[in-house]
Amino acid sequence: MISIDIKKSFKNANFHFKTQIQDNSLNAVFGKSGSGKTTLLRLLSGLETPNEGIIKVDDKTWFDSKNKINLPPQKRDIGFVFQDYALFPNMSVIENLRFAQPSKDENFLAELLDIIELTNSQNKYPELLSGGQKQRVALARAVAKKPKLLLLDEALSALDSVMRVQLQDDIENIHKRLNLTTLMISHDIAEVYKLASNVLIVEDGKIKKSGNPDILFENSQLSGKFKFSAKIMKIEQADTIFIVTLLIQNNLTKVVATQEEVRTMNIGDDVLVASKAFNPIIIT
Amino acid sequence: MFFETMLLTFKVALITTIILFLIGIPIALWISSTKSRLKPIIETIVSMPLVLPPSVIGFYLLIFLGPSSAVGGFVEEWFDMRLVLSFEGILIGSILFSFPFMVHPIQSGLQSLPKSLIEASYTLGKSKLQTLMHVQLPNIKNSLLTGIVLTFAHTVGEFGVVLMIGGNIPGETRLASIAIYDEVEALNYDLANQYALTLFVISFSILLLVYVINRKFSGVLR
Repeated sequence: MISIDIKKSFKNANFHFKTQIQDNSLNAVFGKSGSGKTTLLRLLSGLETPNEGIIKVDDKTWFDSKNKINLPPQKRDIGFVFQDYALFPNMSVIENLRFAQPSKDENFLAELLDIIELTNSQNKYPELLSGGQKQRVALARAVAKKPKLLLLDEALSALDSVMRVQLQDDIENIHKRLNLTTLMISHDIAEVYKLASNVLIVEDGKIKKSGNPDILFENSQLSGKFKFSAKIMKIEQADTIFIVTLLIQNNLTKVVATQEEVRTMNIGDDVLVASKAFNPIIIT
Repeated sequence: MFFETMLLTFKVALITTIILFLIGIPIALWISSTKSRLKPIIETIVSMPLVLPPSVIGFYLLIFLGPSSAVGGFVEEWFDMRLVLSFEGILIGSILFSFPFMVHPIQSGLQSLPKSLIEASYTLGKSKLQTLMHVQLPNIKNSLLTGIVLTFAHTVGEFGVVLMIGGNIPGETRLASIAIYDEVEALNYDLANQYALTLFVISFSILLLVYVINRKFSGVLR
């Protein structure tokens, strides 16, 4: 288990993060930009030093301001996936992965290459890879030394939706295969629902809430059997009712709504679509 | 005589370049990564040779390294080595005078690398030295080459500092640039031209080589 209680102040922002993270859990860090998600990950990794507080991972102390303990990133046993990939341009795919391993384990590297589907491109240099491939290499590199904690800093935000889904599958596979404790920053509710067992909602430099992904819609009173997170794409009037076009994963769908309901909706909103399972049609 | 002078010129340039390469990297690394308040002072000192007349540097070196000075006296007494009007003297002068030509390209190369590359290397458990050797330096080959060549070419062309501190001792401190001046004064235009043309051709070739190689490096990165 990882317990965190740390404070950090910058010129115009103050952060105080306090939470506990279960071993082998996949946690989504959710929140608006500027709320402190990246700072949380950087403080955990040791790339940024808290002003005060404590970070404990199992019985090991990574940071303790009172006892002047501050392990450098090198000693924290982490994997970090950067938003801009940060692949070493002077090394090929396989060399990037090898560089990450303290002791050689070619079998594991072969397995990783297989998961990220780059076995045939292992000798290519990063500049010849697509954005999605680069991020898959970055993910594989981060786990090549089998770290205790995997941190993903908006790793998927630069990718198109097809690549995103692929990367999500990679993250899920790697998480299952290695049983890593994972923290990933995400803006995408669908992604959070798909991957995470726990969500940390970060707001104004604090962890406001944490719990299972349903807390993202804690205010809704629904108890539907089917739930999908969706984005509102279009709202149009048809006689006395309204038709709302929604994007669920990669599918567009239309749902009717009353004038009353539409009043609180805006195009671009993330919403939850729920349906009670009275008469679902299952097509096999 | 001609060959002796040219050989000496390139010997000084080569040794200067090697020494500056070794001390330039740590200094450039420090400047590019520090948040210290001393940074502007160090940067200024490194850049001074760009704006100071060479004769000023030469003059002060002559004063501070002369046998009657503290440093010069100490070195002469303990190492039996004279720092002015000697090969060692012009080497020290050349190193100081070419400092910015080595440090600046390396510094800007290091600064142009994304910070995340270095942070990624740290999170992969690599020390600062491992990161420098395997990540930072291999990715700024262009800058390293530029620093090496500029330093070498600049040392070959140096005149003022060397004349002030080294004088004009054949085979010991007479470098090609000084020999040209010397021969012109003696109205030996043919010999002066021989030196001048040699320097011209060599400098041109070196620079051309750098630009060709640099194009290749950047081609790889595209």
